[in-house]
Amino acid sequence: MARVLMKGNEALGEGAVIAGCRYFFGYPITPQSEVAEYLARRLPQVDGVFLQAESEVAAINMVYGGSAAGARVMTGSSGPGLSLKQEGISFIAEAELPCVIANISRGGPGLGGIQPAQSDYFQSCKGGGHGDYRLIVLAPSSVQEMMDFALLAFDLADRYRTPVLIMSEGMLGQMMEPVQVREPVTERYEKPWATTGCINREPNIVNTLHLLPTELEDRNQHLFSKYARIAAEEKRAEMVMTEDAELVVVAYGLLSRVVKKAITEVRARGVKAGLIRPLTLWPFPDTHIQKCLDTAKLFLTIEISMGQMVEDVKLAVNGRVPVEFYGRIGVIPSPQEIERAIMAVAERGGLA
Amino acid sequence: MKTVFKVPQSLTGKEWHYCPGCGHGIIHRLIAECMDELDVREKTVGICPVGCGVLAYEYFNCDMLEAAHGRAPAVGTGLKRVLKDRVIFTYQGDGDLASIGMAEIVHAASRGEKISVFFINNTVYGMTGGQMAPTTLLGQVTTTSPYGRDKDREGYPIRIAEMLAPFEGAAYVARVAINTPANAARAKRAIKKAFETQLNGAGFSLVEILSTCPTNWGLSPVEAMQWLADNMIPYYPLGVYKDKEGR
Amino acid sequence: MEKQILVAGFGGQGVLSIGLFLTYAAMSEGRNVSYVPSYGAEMRGGTANCIVTIADDEEISSPLTETPRDALILNRPSLDRFEERIQPGGVLIINTSLVDREPQREDLQIRQLPLNEMADKIGAPRSANMIMLGAYIAFTGIVDMTAVLDGFEDIFKGRKSATIERNRKAFLTGVEYARNNW
Ligand SMILES: Cc1ncc(C[n+]2csc(CCOP(=O)(O)OP(=O)(O)O)c2C)c(N)n1
Ligand code: SF4
Ligand SMILES: [Mg+2]
Repeated sequence: MARVLMKGNEALGEGAVIAGCRYFFGYPITPQSEVAEYLARRLPQVDGVFLQAESEVAAINMVYGGSAAGARVMTGSSGPGLSLKQEGISFIAEAELPCVIANISRGGPGLGGIQPAQSDYFQSCKGGGHGDYRLIVLAPSSVQEMMDFALLAFDLADRYRTPVLIMSEGMLGQMMEPVQVREPVTERYEKPWATTGCINREPNIVNTLHLLPTELEDRNQHLFSKYARIAAEEKRAEMVMTEDAELVVVAYGLLSRVVKKAITEVRARGVKAGLIRPLTLWPFPDTHIQKCLDTAKLFLTIEISMGQMVEDVKLAVNGRVPVEFYGRIGVIPSPQEIERAIMAVAERGGLA
Repeated sequence: MKTVFKVPQSLTGKEWHYCPGCGHGIIHRLIAECMDELDVREKTVGICPVGCGVLAYEYFNCDMLEAAHGRAPAVGTGLKRVLKDRVIFTYQGDGDLASIGMAEIVHAASRGEKISVFFINNTVYGMTGGQMAPTTLLGQVTTTSPYGRDKDREGYPIRIAEMLAPFEGAAYVARVAINTPANAARAKRAIKKAFETQLNGAGFSLVEILSTCPTNWGLSPVEAMQWLADNMIPYYPLGVYKDKEGR
Repeated sequence: MEKQILVAGFGGQGVLSIGLFLTYAAMSEGRNVSYVPSYGAEMRGGTANCIVTIADDEEISSPLTETPRDALILNRPSLDRFEERIQPGGVLIINTSLVDREPQREDLQIRQLPLNEMADKIGAPRSANMIMLGAYIAFTGIVDMTAVLDGFEDIFKGRKSATIERNRKAFLTGVEYARNNW
């Protein structure tokens, strides 16, 4: 199939359609609204349903219902809207309902602004709602990946019966790049647990209430054995020039491409730098980081936040070498700025 | 003689960021004139919505707060319970008040919360680029009702004034418009009554103000005023829906 | 080789469509391309700019840059903001209708043309941007001319044929100007 020029937000929407998602429940918010607007046009063309909910709280609970009914369901939002969804996400994670949530993120806290940011890392990866639970969190970095990760997200969601969150900087949603449009996904997972009416079977129950103390602990054990399986099998990262890297930079999302460019420049200046780009923010690819510890003398985490993922990098490095941080908010720094930041760290660390 | 262009004391005089022909500026001015005439500027606290009116704190020359999307009536409740003798108003769009904030507005009305709510109905989400609002008319095309609002798919538009008037806690509820000078004068009288209702301690007051969004309607400012008259007023009839004080 | 082009002007000058056309043309030539519109606080009116990155074979790493190779400048504030950042040896094209000063740089290939007057003259005042596009492509050959002309139908899909014709005419006016004067 020919390449098509698409916006990131459209590629994500079309990716959902290709993955077999026919239900989107959302509420407008910049810079996510285009995902909703795209699907408002597109879903009726494939007999799907686009519904603008009265709020994000309602939207995520519509997802709860749609997913319990056995369908591939999606919602999307940004910033304050994601905050409102957290109660519902906690319920969905506990009820083990597959669904995909897009966070076309913006800068906070509060109303903040619509400038690019990665400051929802904690919210996404460390449990934004109440209770012990995890989401699979994917971080695309190109318009093609906006489409491909939608397919991946629906697959992982069904395979593990878990909500999957796609986190993209707002700017990636606005960018246009040629996209190789994928073939429609026809594979479907059996969902014998779905509440579809108990014709010829025992009733199914979707429930998150566990009043008996033993039952509550059992549930948590069950969830966490599933999360352990996900962590064992699904950690993903792109490794760029890390084989001999003394200075290992960790960055994700659109930002990682800018970092990649800076790394090639820094290499040309004699610094042995490499890049680890997590594709899964949870499970965090700590094993990929540990693989670099043979040559690495220094790590540098770059984020569009005040420093969130850097905590996971530190946990993975576990004190073996220093971990530095460079961050901005509201802008994606240029390759030139990042090159300066990397050089400064390299010089301080005696690597330049 | 009236000097039309004098800036009311209750406005800062800062230049609007609103699009040309947008109703928000006109409505700000009407509210500010009422605050001046009632001499309440210094005892008023206003609450901005999330919507195009979010920057109202730049324009009203009184204490102002910015609330999360739809929560202004709850924030207003907190303010009023602490500051019983102050004048509290919220300024909210149709997405803010009638969609995400529906619970807050219903309960503020049912509690008879002594605040004044100015509800700006422009049938769309202006700030986020023209998505469907609960007040979008049947057949109206928006970016999230691209095939026109259809009763079977998107449901019916909500009439807020009619809905809230029956609440016992609601003391004054009216619907006005700003499409003609005569209607704007009526709108101003209603706004003033809403403030007076609050000052008299009579209960909750709300004025629904039919307004324009030329940008997202894709119309010129003049066409937008006409569209309001032709399409909105028939579905959203103007008038006083509740006046407990019986004036 | 990766080439990065900045297009900058007022909102409403068609800055983003210049970028889109370039992007579209590069894609139809089978090259890698990335288009980033300015975005953020600049909501209505104000300034608009976009960055187009074109690469022959390699994957595009950074779609952003502080230092574009070429810059198409449609108004004065954009010249003031971006002149310093263009890479030495790069191309700077200036719309003299809305820029009332000479550029300072001496290490660039600078070309100038009065877009708005030219657009008025051919009776297409709203297609000044297409004149810029035509002139830039004719001057640099950055993408194939026919790829752009073929793209018109696709990009303007659903628009009136008169609109498409008007834009094509403006584009060719720019091409001709560059060929005759630069
Ligand atoms: C929780 C949350 N959800 C969504 C948004 C995005 N948002 C900003 S303004 C707005 C709607 C504004 O529409 P309306 O209330 O009708 O005001 P108008 O701009 O039309 O005056 C939305 C959905 C937000 N800021 N916070
Ligand atoms: S978008 Fe609509 S409501 Fe917002 S300022 Fe412009 S005209 Fe007014
Ligand atoms: Mg509105």
